[in-house]
Amino acid sequence: MAKTLLEFEKPIVELEEKLVEMRNLSSTLNIDEEIRVIEEKVKMLKETVYKDLTRWQRVQLARHPERPYTLDYIYLMTHDFIELHGDRKYKDDKAIVGGFAKIDEFNVMIIGHQKGRDTKSNVYRNFGMPNPEGYRKALRLMKLAEKFNIPIITFLDTPGAYPGIEAEERGQAEAIARNLLEMSLLKVPIIVVVIGEGASGGALGIGMGDRVLMLENTWYSVISPESCSSILWRSWDYKEQAAEALKLTSEDLLKLKVVDRVVAEPLGGAHKNHEEMALTLKSVLKEELSQLLKIKPEKLLENRIEKFGAMGEFNE
Amino acid sequence: MAWFKRAKKNIMDDTPRKDLPEGLWEKCPECEEIIHKRQLEANCWTCIKCSHHFRIGSEEYISVLLDKDSFREMDKKMRSADPLDFTDSKPYPARIKDSIKKSGLFDAVRTGTGKINGHPVALACMDFKFIGGSMGSVVGEKISRLVDKGIKDKIPVIIISQSGGARMMEGVLSLMQMAKTSTRLAKLSSLNIPYISIMTDPTTGGITASYAMLGDINLAEPGALIGFAGPRVIKQTIGRDLPPGFQTAEFILEHGFLDKVVHRKELRDTLSKLLDFMS
Ligand SMILES: [Zn+2]
Repeated sequence: MAKTLLEFEKPIVELEEKLVEMRNLSSTLNIDEEIRVIEEKVKMLKETVYKDLTRWQRVQLARHPERPYTLDYIYLMTHDFIELHGDRKYKDDKAIVGGFAKIDEFNVMIIGHQKGRDTKSNVYRNFGMPNPEGYRKALRLMKLAEKFNIPIITFLDTPGAYPGIEAEERGQAEAIARNLLEMSLLKVPIIVVVIGEGASGGALGIGMGDRVLMLENTWYSVISPESCSSILWRSWDYKEQAAEALKLTSEDLLKLKVVDRVVAEPLGGAHKNHEEMALTLKSVLKEELSQLLKIKPEKLLENRIEKFGAMGEFNE
Repeated sequence: MAWFKRAKKNIMDDTPRKDLPEGLWEKCPECEEIIHKRQLEANCWTCIKCSHHFRIGSEEYISVLLDKDSFREMDKKMRSADPLDFTDSKPYPARIKDSIKKSGLFDAVRTGTGKINGHPVALACMDFKFIGGSMGSVVGEKISRLVDKGIKDKIPVIIISQSGGARMMEGVLSLMQMAKTSTRLAKLSSLNIPYISIMTDPTTGGITASYAMLGDINLAEPGALIGFAGPRVIKQTIGRDLPPGFQTAEFILEHGFLDKVVHRKELRDTLSKLLDFMS
């Protein structure tokens, strides 16, 4: 597919392309010195650009169409994946995928939002926006995992639960609420990873867990910057300000104690190197799994209720 | 999560309900009947002619539902902090201060214990007039503590919802209140202590997608707007008009997510009967 370039990625990529050209010429021309200068420049440019990304730029990275999605991580990180379909009530929602998988020696149930890469697959995946049956499928798979004592990993990456007539008719709100209640009682470890966009209740609907992780360039909030802008600023034009105000980056959420850990991405973002990203995440997940599996189920539930109970700030 | 406005006037204006006309009379926004305030109050703030349910606040619900003078309020003065240092058209602390002044409330929910026909209950009641009834850390904490009170005293929990959803100015912390309140309700449920949810106009967004839909019994007032996404957002997304009656209490009942739509005048009796069976 065609490469997508974000505005702030352009100068870097332009220089990199120039570098490639120059290297091709270097056998005939004596330009090694110039090449070294440009290489140095690229390195410095990358460091400055990615060190000082604004919150809005992070949102753009989180939505980068070349980022790895749930199924990419599953293929890169696990083996023996068996996808399981359907909520046993209405249908199989393609915006949430899940199934058994092995991460080296660990048996896990992996569930995540799934976006598409092009128009056709995005229509198939409903742009990663689940209907109620997606949440109900997720809950069915989580209960299945609990039954066979298998830990659960969920991947969050959605622009939101789908706002449609049928979604309302089939109880979008009830489906999300039910998951929050049931996930509080599951007797197996749950690890939640925000791998892209964590938009509001649609993300949280599979986002309750014992450990909540965020990849470095992702966002998670109560509303998207665009919708926040349209409501509070009464215009779509204040998305940058809204992103700043919402404090929605991984760094922000670590400070707000909503996430436990931020997972570093390859320089430039997860889309620059899927394999490296998956490898990093895999080792983090193995570490977390081995710690959580040591905790007794009763203690796990107690901790989970306490963890979410502590979230929020108020004055008495 | 957005705060939703319905096209119909007088129903979802987020400025405080104006006491019109000046003095002792109110006009029904539905049928335009002019009703004396005393008469309206005696009719539980519903229209004597068309049954339209006027939007009322926690003070009125407490008087409609609870035995006289039985309410003992908890955490009355808990107030919002400003964890995000949030500013849109004005700083969040200023917005809170103004809302407190305008509404006479400290946040969008009041909680406490009381009695319904002698049945002890833990009651929470939301107020739309406080920043659209939005849920931030205070609402989440007060609801959680109320549920804990229900667990401790083994008394049924009743929550009256009236909210456009989670409060944007506390960002992800508002979102997490959905998780927080749900974990407490899970605990309550596992101890077989009853929870009754009452949805009033409006109940949308993160409130519906957490405690409002989690009752052992889900009740709603007639005509109340109930949903996850707001009608405006849905209309924008699908690009066509919404069917008549969409997202009303009656619609939600028909689709299987409510046990009963109850006229406000019968709410107290209905609760009392349910509690007879469940506690
Ligand atoms: Zn009337």
